[in-house]
Amino acid sequence: MDGRSLDDLLRPLVPQVVGVLTRRFADFAAAEDAVQEALLDALDQWPRDGVPGNPRGWLIQVAYRRMIEQTRRDEARRLREERVATWDRAPAADEPDPAGRDDTLITLFLCCHPALTPASAIALTLRSVGGLTTAEIARAFLVPEATMAQRVSRAKQRVKASGVPFAMPGPQERARRLASVLHVLYLIFNEGYVGSAGSALYRVELGREAIRLARTLRRELPDDPEVAGLLALMLLTDARRPARADGHGTPIPLDEQDRSLWDAAVIAEGVALVTEALGRGAAGPYQLQAAIAALHDEAPSAEATDWPQILALYGLLERMSDNPMVSLNRAVAAAMANGPATGLAMLRSLEGRLAGSHRFYAARAHLLEMTGEGEAAVADYREAASRTTSAAERDYLTMRAARLAAHGTG
Amino acid sequence: MKYMMLMQFGADSELPPITTWTEDEVRAHIAFMGATNHKLIEDGEFVDAQGLADPGRAKIVRSGDGGAPVVTDGPFPETKEFLVGYWIIDVETEERAVEIAAYVSAAPGPGGKPLNMPIQLRQIMDGPSPREA
Repeated sequence: MDGRSLDDLLRPLVPQVVGVLTRRFADFAAAEDAVQEALLDALDQWPRDGVPGNPRGWLIQVAYRRMIEQTRRDEARRLREERVATWDRAPAADEPDPAGRDDTLITLFLCCHPALTPASAIALTLRSVGGLTTAEIARAFLVPEATMAQRVSRAKQRVKASGVPFAMPGPQERARRLASVLHVLYLIFNEGYVGSAGSALYRVELGREAIRLARTLRRELPDDPEVAGLLALMLLTDARRPARADGHGTPIPLDEQDRSLWDAAVIAEGVALVTEALGRGAAGPYQLQAAIAALHDEAPSAEATDWPQILALYGLLERMSDNPMVSLNRAVAAAMANGPATGLAMLRSLEGRLAGSHRFYAARAHLLEMTGEGEAAVADYREAASRTTSAAERDYLTMRAARLAAHGTG
Repeated sequence: MKYMMLMQFGADSELPPITTWTEDEVRAHIAFMGATNHKLIEDGEFVDAQGLADPGRAKIVRSGDGGAPVVTDGPFPETKEFLVGYWIIDVETEERAVEIAAYVSAAPGPGGKPLNMPIQLRQIMDGPSPREA
């Protein structure tokens, strides 16, 4: 069995096993540690000895034993040992499964707790729900393993301190937590997408993992349109991955991408998802962003894109959020739909709120280039290049400025 | 987001050279730096930290004719400031990076007084490092 299919088998089981042990021992932090150790055992033994008949039961048994060992080792926890001694047996390896799915959702809600910083929530989610090892997460975020281990450990402490029980929250709390869950999954996806530049293995893995977690979430909550919207948004964005950077990792803008490289099957899946979700009434921000991504993905070229429709969707999104980046995107869509002058006029009113953002200068440079104001465009491209913190984007903007300075301004 | 904190020392920083400190003062300074690194690891913000060898041992290397290296030995009397060490940290916000930089700037010097060293803070660009690509 290769590493990939072993991962596919193991990872969905991790949050369920964490759930079983947390219920049994009433200690999420310790349960999570024990499951991590069991996971490492599995990664070590299964490729050598073969996959056990009941992988979930195996993980539960091994993690259970680890927890008992830990409890015995720990002098300060003698009291709990006495309690454990009164338990007659480990949870049955073949317990029926409905609880498993529930546990996945509860574990996910716990890991994306609003009290955690995004970095902690991401680390805890990838480990306790994603089943990634601490070393894998550390590699993906380019930090030492000890640093990542501390993030996980602090996140668990915070969850513990917040006193949240391991149970499904009530309806109101559930909506709030779901918003955090969606946000954390989206952050994981973006971490994989923005930083990836096409070739960096661990970053691409993060994007895949975010999609896998979003699929899991959708299985648990099939009727939630924003869950479907987020999954659709990820799929529709990820479908363009093969075309979005050149061999050196320099980003290629949407209008210059080779659309034949886009993944048609993934686009079809994303479009179907968002279409179904939008059919259910009031659309949330993830559905709207997915709908915009779908219009881009379905267009045969940048010119043939349904810009008026995209402009209208950004209008809806703008009314929903106070995010000036949405207004910026709306201005670009307006330029594409109604000409660059319209877009530039809209940008003028945004200048104050977006001063200092490289995206503002990049967008204005693009629109100035469209109007033929080459020199002003070059200046804005350079301004954007000096402000971005993405190396790939800086390279792209610098080259764009150089090209335009040589040919465009004549 | 990752930041590099550059610790500079030299005539311009108006800091007394460490060679003039007492043993206890040096000990306190080193203990502070060790504790700082440990705290950064505990907070999940540590990426790397290194001290650099004495600038007197620095070399400037240029490619000469035919690509052969041309090496100039230090020290460089005209250089007023030397990089003596650096940290790389991974934090949630720039405010947090500034807070950490101010904290290490106040490392204890002679008489236990904070040195208030100049710390240059530079954001590290996003994107995979070459070894990940």
